[in-house]
Amino acid sequence: MAEATSTGKGVRSRPTSPHLQVWRWHVTMAASILTRATGIALYGGAVIAAVWFAALMVGPDAYGPVMILLGSWLGKVVMFGLTFSVFYHLAAGLRHLVWDAGSGFNPHTANMTAVGAMAFALVATIVVWALAIQTGAVR
Amino acid sequence: MSNDSQFRTALGRARGLGSAHHGVSAFIVERSTSVALVPLCLWAVYAAIKVAPLGYESAVLMLRQPVNAIMSLLLVGVSFLHMRVGLRVVIEDYVHTPAAKILALLANSTLCWLGWAIATFSILWVAFVGGPVH
Repeated sequence: MAEATSTGKGVRSRPTSPHLQVWRWHVTMAASILTRATGIALYGGAVIAAVWFAALMVGPDAYGPVMILLGSWLGKVVMFGLTFSVFYHLAAGLRHLVWDAGSGFNPHTANMTAVGAMAFALVATIVVWALAIQTGAVR
Repeated sequence: MSNDSQFRTALGRARGLGSAHHGVSAFIVERSTSVALVPLCLWAVYAAIKVAPLGYESAVLMLRQPVNAIMSLLLVGVSFLHMRVGLRVVIEDYVHTPAAKILALLANSTLCWLGWAIATFSILWVAFVGGPVH
């Protein structure tokens, strides 16, 4: 922040938002950080999707190795994380849309929806992976 | 600016601090794409489970079905739009050095448009040509 405040002579330091070092840990804070973290993870997921589509266009010589990589131990860990990210970011997004409409701000409600979003994401991820194992998508 | 708040001082405006009065479009794009991504992402999870066990030929045939090709195009288009606006906010929050910030914003836009173009072209190629590139 120093760069932003030192440019103009005589300009007082601008107020800064509360940040990691000064905030007490609580569930709505974790939910907020997790929204950003999963969003950034999904950015990587979209790159993986683009590579997958490109491999399908290029042919079996490209598609084979991509599928082997995604099916590897590391690939499975990444895909599991992306599944959780999709469901958590989706729930967090819905939470934000409700806030944008002007409700859900009271502390008790905000805490409940934060826990709800995390629980939903965890359960949905486990259900989807159980289905994926059952249908042979994950071996 | 004619609709500038009457409460802003002339000095504050001259220093360029505060609202630039053109952030609303980014806000709206982020929200409208997020609504569209709810059904698109649920479909993506379903489609990923369907396509994962298939071999190359069957995967091509699946993407050649109009519903799957159209949903894939929508998923890719709306996702990269949402990502571009979303990561832009993250960069603006954490990167404050002007040079690094401009480079990061350019890298974000470049990656999003490039990813969108590659994915979209690949989907259209598989849908219309229907096989490997020769």
